[in-house]
Amino acid sequence: MKNSETEVLDTQNKAASLTPPTLRLENISKSFQATRALDSVSIDVMPGEVHGLLGTNGSGKSTLIKVLAGFHAPDAGGRMQFNGQDVSLPLKPSDFRRLGMSFVHQNLGLVPSLTVLENLRLAQIALAAKGMINWRREKAAAQETLERYGVHIESWRRVDELSAVNRALLAIVRAFEEIREGSEITGKPGLVLLDEPTPFLPKEGVEKLFDLVRRIKAHGSSVIFISHDIEEVMQITDRVTVLRDGRVSGQIDTRDATHEKMVEMIIGRKLERSADRQTLLTEKMPTFASIRGLQGHGIPPCDIDIGKGEILGMTGLIGSGYDKIPYLVFGATSADGGSIALPGAEPMDISAMTPKKAIKNNFALLPGDRAEQSGVGSISIFENMLLPDIEKYFSHGFLSNRSMKKEAFRLGQEYEVRPNDPGLSLGALSGGNAQKVLIARWMKRQPMLLLLDEPTQGVDVGTRDNIFKALKLAASKGMSIVCASTDAEQLAEICDRVLVFARGRIVEEITGGDVSKDNITEACYGSVEAVENIIHPQASQKTQS
Amino acid sequence: MTETDKAASTATGPKTNYLRIFERFALILVWLLLIAGFSIAMPVSFFNWGNFSILFASYAPAALLALAIIVPLTAGDYDLSVGATLTVSSCLIGVLNAWYDVPIVACIIIAIGAGVFIGLFHSLFIVYFRIPSLVVTLGSTSLMTGIVQWMTNSSTIGGIDNALIMAVVGGRFLNVPYVFYYALIAMIIMWYIFDFTPLGRRLLFVGRGREVARLNGISVDKMRVGALITSAVVASIGGVMYAGILGSADPYSGLNYLLPAFAAAFLGSTTILPGRFNPLGAVVAVYFLGTGITGLTMLGIPLWVTNVFNGGALILAVTISQLTRGREVTDIG
Repeated sequence: MKNSETEVLDTQNKAASLTPPTLRLENISKSFQATRALDSVSIDVMPGEVHGLLGTNGSGKSTLIKVLAGFHAPDAGGRMQFNGQDVSLPLKPSDFRRLGMSFVHQNLGLVPSLTVLENLRLAQIALAAKGMINWRREKAAAQETLERYGVHIESWRRVDELSAVNRALLAIVRAFEEIREGSEITGKPGLVLLDEPTPFLPKEGVEKLFDLVRRIKAHGSSVIFISHDIEEVMQITDRVTVLRDGRVSGQIDTRDATHEKMVEMIIGRKLERSADRQTLLTEKMPTFASIRGLQGHGIPPCDIDIGKGEILGMTGLIGSGYDKIPYLVFGATSADGGSIALPGAEPMDISAMTPKKAIKNNFALLPGDRAEQSGVGSISIFENMLLPDIEKYFSHGFLSNRSMKKEAFRLGQEYEVRPNDPGLSLGALSGGNAQKVLIARWMKRQPMLLLLDEPTQGVDVGTRDNIFKALKLAASKGMSIVCASTDAEQLAEICDRVLVFARGRIVEEITGGDVSKDNITEACYGSVEAVENIIHPQASQKTQS
Repeated sequence: MTETDKAASTATGPKTNYLRIFERFALILVWLLLIAGFSIAMPVSFFNWGNFSILFASYAPAALLALAIIVPLTAGDYDLSVGATLTVSSCLIGVLNAWYDVPIVACIIIAIGAGVFIGLFHSLFIVYFRIPSLVVTLGSTSLMTGIVQWMTNSSTIGGIDNALIMAVVGGRFLNVPYVFYYALIAMIIMWYIFDFTPLGRRLLFVGRGREVARLNGISVDKMRVGALITSAVVASIGGVMYAGILGSADPYSGLNYLLPAFAAAFLGSTTILPGRFNPLGAVVAVYFLGTGITGLTMLGIPLWVTNVFNGGALILAVTISQLTRGREVTDIG
């Protein structure tokens, strides 16, 4: 492995002597006190190349991005070249435009309450020397720009009216427009860095995004593409750099790579898949909860039975409503009607469900939106972790921080939270570790029904594995789990049964041995076609926009 | 594996972060320095216990207001009306007791009842109609100030029952009037609730992440209503104390407490438990500001400096509190 890596580097260096790489990083290191977050990282990104950057949470990937964004100053000794020119680090805000570098972060950096036009031309409008804005001309220019990239969005729409896909496309178009202006002046290629733009997007949205990336590439500019999704990386990138423990653990041409090879480079060992659970179990599982006539938020009345100890997947294309179910059942969003019956109890009215009631009934919900719904970044780990159980640490009239911290530390060890310091604020953890804390919060209560929405979103491969292991173990002990996700691969890995939604309805049920990535994906797309044929063609346009 | 274990154990080991400890007590240190400074400048008039006992007593209503403010602030709402609530309460006592001869105990009950009503009134608009708290409490300040002027004919009402005056400033412990100890008791009760009960922790989550709190089974709306009522009730208790200190009801001067109380609430969040509004910090900050104003007044500075000092302190306090909190990462990665 070592040899092949150096070979790859050698061939790069040879190529580099002909055309300089768009971006060359040499020996970039970054230390935070004693810890070395980045250790002599060298990367070349060639013109017209889509360069993948992979790595687990804590691999140094985010630190590297922050160095590139001028947020961190690297340690002395590192060098950066842009189109063959030395650039002094850290970069200043004015450098990006001059060099032709642009970033699209996961939050996209759009202003939701403004129009597409205003967002797209924000920089130009802000920098305009003239006092007056010619809106008619701006509008024409914006529309023309969007069309040029094959992005069909009306420029007068407010950004918060757009679908997630179109928002991502808009942000990328804007980033590319920024570098295009720079590279037209210098005649040199620019660089766009896409920091995990895909996890919130449905599959067909990812396709659109990739089309856009290919157009940018055709202009001769470079793209750095950061993602946890190996399939996507395989699909769009030309070359991949993998970081592990702050070092480059491998650089490989995508066409020479396999999925397994990449996983190996990322986690440094072979991924051990725990043996699939016995599919026989699904037949015998007694029903834990029967949901009847659940409706609301675009979901027409539907019936769902959840088995005891079953991991039930819910999926579908975006807008199909699969992701609404956990929130409706938990009472996080209010349902218009429906009932849920638990063994040995009267059916409960779901429209009267509140999170408080749901928790009393031993339900748990882990929302997909970590920062807004799951945990509070500015409050400590132990308080976040033990929030629903806080009464338990209140005895003799006093709340014991000490026993809370002790318990949080124990859970932190069990769920491998790093660093396992319960007194730290939750926001100090990486996304994956924060998710471990929040999963531990609910798992420790041993809920009868655990509702999950995208539980492994933005979480690295290793952590994902651990989360899955914990879920499977809990299910085998009788916990019923509902997992809403767009990730067919993950669903296939953990679910006993998968419900596929289209237009709010359950259109297919995949059980037992049929639960596979391909079957799920096929069902998602197949079901849409089936529904499209029945419903008016205008509906199909709606899914696209 | 062993490496990570080691990392984990060092992370939780007893790490003494001296900077953190210094931060917790920095304000107290600055306060002591301020006292030392004034004492050197005025060794006789400033540095005597009589002066301090007056300071402790006269800033007790401000301490109560600062304590009132931090409850809704922790829950994520502003209550700008505490100054006006204090005035309503003290003037109700003045009008009812001095003009209508209502027994003083009944007056106090009515004044505190008015606090409950004010809190409910705020809740109706802030929690039920979802109007920003800043707007509602700013509006109600003017509303209440107007009502007080109508109630009192814009005049100071003397002749409040001596029993109240005796209960508030008549008795002394360590030569400091009782009113100071009432404020201390309120502080201890709130400290207990904030730091040692699940309620306090829930309040914190309500303020920092409404949706997170709700999805963890906390009744967010009830908590906010509770916080707004608590704030108005504590402010009206402050009004009772104020009436007792003055022995009369003044329809105007109560509003002057608002700014120092707000400044103290924010300044207090930079000390004792940095990053969180906390009762101990708030009271320390009130007396820090009080010492500053008293000292400056005794040095013979003109009256306008008090306003400059209060306003400047508020802006500075919020800035420092923002910087204290800004250091903590607020977003989950």
